[in-house]
Formats: sequence, structure tokens, C-alpha cells
Amino acid sequence: MTSQQEFWLILGMTAVTFGVRYPVLALVGRFELPHRLMEAMRFIPPAVLTAIIAPALLMPGGSVDFDYTNAYLAAGIIAGLTSWRTKNLLLTIVVGMIAFLAWRVLIGAMG
Amino acid sequence: MPHASSATTEHSRSANRAQEFRRGVRATFPLVVGAIPFGIIFGAVAVNGGLSPQATMAMSLFVFAGSAQFVAAGLAAAGAGVAIIVLTTFVVNLRHALYAASLAPHMKHLPQRWLALLGFWLTDESYLVVIDRYAQADDSRDKHWFFLGSALFMYTNWQLCTYIGIRAGQAIADPASWGLDFALPVTFIGMLVPMLRSRPVVACVLVAGVSAVLFHSLPNQLGLIIATLLGVATGALLQKRKAKA
Repeated sequence: MTSQQEFWLILGMTAVTFGVRYPVLALVGRFELPHRLMEAMRFIPPAVLTAIIAPALLMPGGSVDFDYTNAYLAAGIIAGLTSWRTKNLLLTIVVGMIAFLAWRVLIGAMG
Repeated sequence: MPHASSATTEHSRSANRAQEFRRGVRATFPLVVGAIPFGIIFGAVAVNGGLSPQATMAMSLFVFAGSAQFVAAGLAAAGAGVAIIVLTTFVVNLRHALYAASLAPHMKHLPQRWLALLGFWLTDESYLVVIDRYAQADDSRDKHWFFLGSALFMYTNWQLCTYIGIRAGQAIADPASWGLDFALPVTFIGMLVPMLRSRPVVACVLVAGVSAVLFHSLPNQLGLIIATLLGVATGALLQKRKAKA
């Protein structure tokens, strides 16, 4: 990519990203949203988190992988249990990362 | 009485803002930790894929959208044109419209300059901690300072990590082999699990998860948006039935 193309790339990406984020924020607040819609929006955080997590754990290689050699799935389960027991986000990240790296080393040693 | 207390009120207002700001920073800390590898990998992948260090840094400074930046770097490396990448960025970022719609009712009282600034700094991470803050019942009028603290922390960290990634460059050419690509999902697991407190939420999560896997092959993360909407619809329907019963 030439530096001129890069310039237009950054400009275009900046415009569309801000164009998605800001107008809704600016306009929607001016209207009274239906109560049902407001209630429904409470489900956005868990839904979007799951929609990001599920493919990352279940199909790290692009297709569904339920095998024990899938370190993403195994460490994901360990992280989930840690979070459930402790409700501690930082601890969950640390335990999950260690579990992930350890699982890969173990599987690698067996293979 | 009103005269005597106005100075104190003004003082406590600014103290409250500073406190909100600090709380926003603190609540975002674990998410910043999770975003560190993500930012470093972005910097490394982008320059390895042929973007100049200047363009890579500019993308983090001006676009500030993690997953869209990743997709853009990948497309640029594959030789895609500017128009295609910009269009893809738009689609990948569509979920931010959902975030904005859910935040907007809480932010009606803010002037446009605040909305523009916080809109620019809206990310998955800040959305998640900020909407949680807005959901708390206390009547603080300064929750946008919490947002500001969260957003500035995420933004500063993203710039630093991009810079480190650019410098590290070739050293981490294959991030998956380092296991750093697990940092983001594990962070999100730690946020998700404590939310699973009611049947509608659990149903929402099951539907969103299965749909996300089923629709994963759709281009431009459209599957992510479809899965989110299906999950939200499921949760909302069950919630309504529960309310009626």
C-alpha cells in the first residue's frame, strides 16, 4: 500500500468508525425509547461476550473442535470455573492463561 | 442556606467527578490487562503485513477499534483495496451502534462535545464496565466521568501496546504460537460468568453461543451481530414471560 493509500485508509476507517459510534449516541438520547427495548438491551453484554467467546473456544482452528487437545476449550472451562468460584476477574485471567499455556505444553509433550 | 452551601456543593461535585474517574480507571484495569497482548499483537501483525509503522500507529490513534484494526491489517496484507477495508471496518463496528443505543438513554443530559468524545472512545471493554455503572441504582449525575476514566485508560494503553508491537515487529510474527490470542476470550469469560444470575440470561447466552458457532463462517463478523441479536431476543422474551407469570 502506498502512503497515499494508507492516508485514505486511515481517514475512511476513522470516518466509518466514528460514524457508527457517535450518531446513535447523539440521537437516540433525544427520543424516549420504548420500555421493552430498554429492557431487552440489558441482554446485550452477556450476548455479545458469548458471541465472541464461543467461536474462540470451540473453533480455534476454524472448525468445531471438541477434542481434549483443544487447549482453548480446556483452559476456557478452567477459567469459567475459576470465575464462578471466585468472581475475581484478574485471578480468572491469570489462572486461565496459565492453564492454557500448561495445557499446550502437556499436550505437546504427549504428542 | 442555599448561599452557604453552594461552595460546598461545588466542591463535593468536583470531588465526586474525580472519584467517578478513578472508579472508572479501577474497574477497567483487568480489561486493560487482557487488552495488552491484543494491542501488541496488532502492532506486530500490521507491520508484518506490510502497513507502515506510521499508518499502524495512526490507525490506533484515530480509528481506535481493536477487532476492526485487526481485520483491516489482515485485509491489507492480503492485498485488499482501501474501499473494501473501509466497508469491512463499518460492518465489523456495527455492534457499536448497539452499545451506543443502550448507553444513550443514560447520557441524554450530556452536551454534544461529551457525546462526541465518549463516542470516539467507545469500545467493547469500556461499554461493558460503563453500562454496569449506569445500571447501579445510585443517583450520581457524574457517571460520564466514570466513562471518561475507563476510556482514557483503554486509549492510553492501546497506544502504548501498539507502539510496543510495532517495535517488536518480527519477533512475534505468529502470535497464535505464543498463546497470546487466548488473552481476550479469557478476559471476557471472567466478565461473563458473574452475569449468569437468572434463567433469561442463561438462555440468552446459550442461544448466542450456539448461533455464534453456527454463523461463524459468515463474512465480516456478521455472525457475531446475528448471534448477539438472537441472544438478546431470547433473553427479552423469557424475561417478559417471567414478568407475566
